[in-house]
Amino acid sequence: MRLHRIATVGVSLLAVGALAACSSGSSPSPSGSSGAAASSASAVPSGSASVGNDSDVRPYDPAHAGGTLTLLAKGAAGTLDPKVNYTLQFWQLYQGTYDGLTAFKHVDGEGSFTVVPDLAESIPDTTNGGKTYVFKLRQGIKFSDGADLTTDDVVSSFQRIFKVSSPTAGSFYNGIVGADACIKAPETCTLEGGVVGDKTAGTVTINLTAPDPEFLYKLSVPHAAINPKSAPTKDAGNTPIPTTGAYMFKSYDPNTALVMVRNPNFKEWSRAAQPAGYPDEIDYKFGLTVEAEVTAVENNQANWLYDPPPADRLAEIGSKYASQVHVNQLTAFWYLPLNVNLAPFDNLKARQAVNWAIDRNAIVKLYGGANLAQPVCTILPPGFPGYEANCQYTNPAGDTWQGADLEKAKQLVTESGTAGQEVTVIVADDEVNKAVGEYVQSVLNQIGYKAKVKAISGNIQFTYIQNSNNKVQISVTQWYQDYPAASDFLNVLLGCASFTPGSDSSINMSGFCDKKIQAQMDDALKTEQTSFDEANKKWAAVDKAMMEQSPMVPVMTPKLIDFISKDTGNYQFSKQFYMLVDQLWVK
Amino acid sequence: MTTLDTERAEVPSSPTAGPWRTAWRDLRRNKVAMGSLVVLIIIVLACIAAPLYESSIAHTDAFTSNVAGTITINGQTVPVLEPSTEGLGLGVNPIAPTWTAQYFLGSDNQGRDVASRILYGGRNTLIIGFASAILCCVLAGIIGIVSGFFGRGVDAVLSRGLDVLWAFPVYLLAICLSVVLISSSLTIGPVTLSSASILLPIVIIGIVYVPYVARPIRGQVMSLREREFVQAAVGAGAPDMRLLRREILPNVLPTIIVFLPLMAAINMLTEAALSFLSIGVQPPDSSWGTIVNDGVGLLYTRPWVAIAPGILLAITAVTLNLLGDGVRDALDPKARLRGAA
Repeated sequence: MRLHRIATVGVSLLAVGALAACSSGSSPSPSGSSGAAASSASAVPSGSASVGNDSDVRPYDPAHAGGTLTLLAKGAAGTLDPKVNYTLQFWQLYQGTYDGLTAFKHVDGEGSFTVVPDLAESIPDTTNGGKTYVFKLRQGIKFSDGADLTTDDVVSSFQRIFKVSSPTAGSFYNGIVGADACIKAPETCTLEGGVVGDKTAGTVTINLTAPDPEFLYKLSVPHAAINPKSAPTKDAGNTPIPTTGAYMFKSYDPNTALVMVRNPNFKEWSRAAQPAGYPDEIDYKFGLTVEAEVTAVENNQANWLYDPPPADRLAEIGSKYASQVHVNQLTAFWYLPLNVNLAPFDNLKARQAVNWAIDRNAIVKLYGGANLAQPVCTILPPGFPGYEANCQYTNPAGDTWQGADLEKAKQLVTESGTAGQEVTVIVADDEVNKAVGEYVQSVLNQIGYKAKVKAISGNIQFTYIQNSNNKVQISVTQWYQDYPAASDFLNVLLGCASFTPGSDSSINMSGFCDKKIQAQMDDALKTEQTSFDEANKKWAAVDKAMMEQSPMVPVMTPKLIDFISKDTGNYQFSKQFYMLVDQLWVK
Repeated sequence: MTTLDTERAEVPSSPTAGPWRTAWRDLRRNKVAMGSLVVLIIIVLACIAAPLYESSIAHTDAFTSNVAGTITINGQTVPVLEPSTEGLGLGVNPIAPTWTAQYFLGSDNQGRDVASRILYGGRNTLIIGFASAILCCVLAGIIGIVSGFFGRGVDAVLSRGLDVLWAFPVYLLAICLSVVLISSSLTIGPVTLSSASILLPIVIIGIVYVPYVARPIRGQVMSLREREFVQAAVGAGAPDMRLLRREILPNVLPTIIVFLPLMAAINMLTEAALSFLSIGVQPPDSSWGTIVNDGVGLLYTRPWVAIAPGILLAITAVTLNLLGDGVRDALDPKARLRGAA
């Protein structure tokens, strides 16, 4: 997924996800344990994602309850509707406000990749060949407006995914029976036979058209949050929708602030899924420059800033305020999509030339140095399910990035017959993206192209580069996981179904569609139904096959800096949804 | 006959000296103006010598990223972009000014020599400033003279056009035109200006200031139209073109010349503003505005990247203004006398 993250000048982008810090090639552990011991287990074998042990769940300490937590961001993240918003900035907040049938565990570290039951009493075994889930709702849960949670709310919430045209309606939830009709005619969506509530039994049955081993992950993201049946059937915009979690939204003005207060009807039912929070109020203020945000946190006037600290403040906060800085690896990567349908990159040698020419270490430097990012050669980030070390474009040869080879790149450009062609690099207009864009432009000029760089607002760059009508040849962009599965990178970014010509939502920006590789991906998806480990080996082969075709240039995997004030305590980092905002102490 | 106001000025002049020679003599006597001219010439010459500085002194490429590059300082090889080693080791800082030939003013975030880029940037800034000033004054001169001389319908149309153009805040109009044209390029008949061409900012800046210059010229021409010597020429049956060429233009020319350095200064500042907003000179080319923009992200650690081009921009603008004042005083001594009174 992609998320807006306001940077120094404009907007940079981040998204949900984090690195599985276990040994490379391993899968996230369903039991929440960390390290290689857990790495061989499947991420979420069909129908068996488990609670695991709760040893990583920190007990509630009432002595730290209370106070006001102040968060800062340069700008707001758009609509407050959890079914529509697709940004880390607000997904982070939804963890303490909205609930789904299942949830990613609300804990620090590796366990945060584990799916646990949330509004459902337990995670059911699948029936009907892996196509049917029957969830039993917990009793006694109320929305923040006082209404009881019922099966009707669950059914209407799934219908609402389609009625509000949620960004993932067609990708995450299109496997539900009846979804096809809902995608065609959202306003009359019923999901008949797909999501069925039984009020008497307190159960909700979800029927899929085919087994989907990643379905529990998809149920655990905010787009599958359960809203009241009375929620509007269009984007709620700035109007808060009642919540079931520990907090509710009190007010939201995208120009000034978002205020969260405790949900008066909340009673903790699962500390792993929805723990009680600590602050009485959370004020998210918008409008300061990032420089001012850093200064405010340094001066204890705010608890945390959402935006990445500016490059020229990094050394300062990394030395003078080192104890207040938390650096976490993300499951994400920066890459350069190469449009395989446009000259010069409709030529394989031209694409490979760019992969040989780009010095990943140079881009790591532009991002902030080796302690904030590491170079990559593969589409799957190191440590991610399916990752296998493999580097096809490095000099000297090796499994990991060693160095660029400009001479080879120049030779390939000459052989391709594309030398001298004009190339435009499209980047977002924030400081880091622009710097990377200028570097790429310089490299393209060196290997024989006439390159220019075009910086456009980060608010529109991500959709602009997706639309094939804009004839984008090469761009700089990022991808962050939605959930820890290889398909979320390979199939989403380069699958045939992800390329929709003329659409702003065509995430396959390269326009790449190789039927042979697509068949390999389909096979890997099928294998996930029985074994994630077997499937991950197939995903690794897919990654390698894709890089041979060079539809993109993976450049680096980033880390995230959280800078908190001196008086802020109990920092926890969920690898799935990042810092646990509502678990911070201000008292 | 043709006459200049300066000829009727009270300033003593030799009986054989023409108005231009008198003006030049007066300008040379103006120490402030001449000092400014010398400073300006030094800046211009330095900027012209940018390629020489780049290849023979700095030994760097001002337009190619050198992110992974190294240089040798006091026998030690150091990276041009230095990773922080303090505390958590976060961040990478461009090398600070070495005050030696290489990286005299340090590097920018692409590892490029700031001093070289400032010299190259100065070329662009000066070219855009002067070229757009000439374009502006030529257009404004034509519009002002035609409008003021012919009056009636012609004046009504041209003046309203100028009013409409001047109704937009200058910077806002320049920004709008730049955003549109830089994203698409400009085609005028058979000529196409690419989005990366510095001709684009020249045309944009030249056009947006036309009303500023044209309106006083129009007023002056309307006044001249009623003067005795013009009326005498009209009475003698001189055709319009002859009146314009022999009677009006020579009297308006000093005003246009006075405007030139002043407009060059204003236009350079406008160019810097547009480039600072990334809608003027496009990378990897530089101008003083783009370098200030590059330096904004380095203000805490490497302030010279922003300060150095800022200082040069300020000095150049001041010298042009002082020179403009001197030219005005030389061409129109009455104005000086009015100022003194």
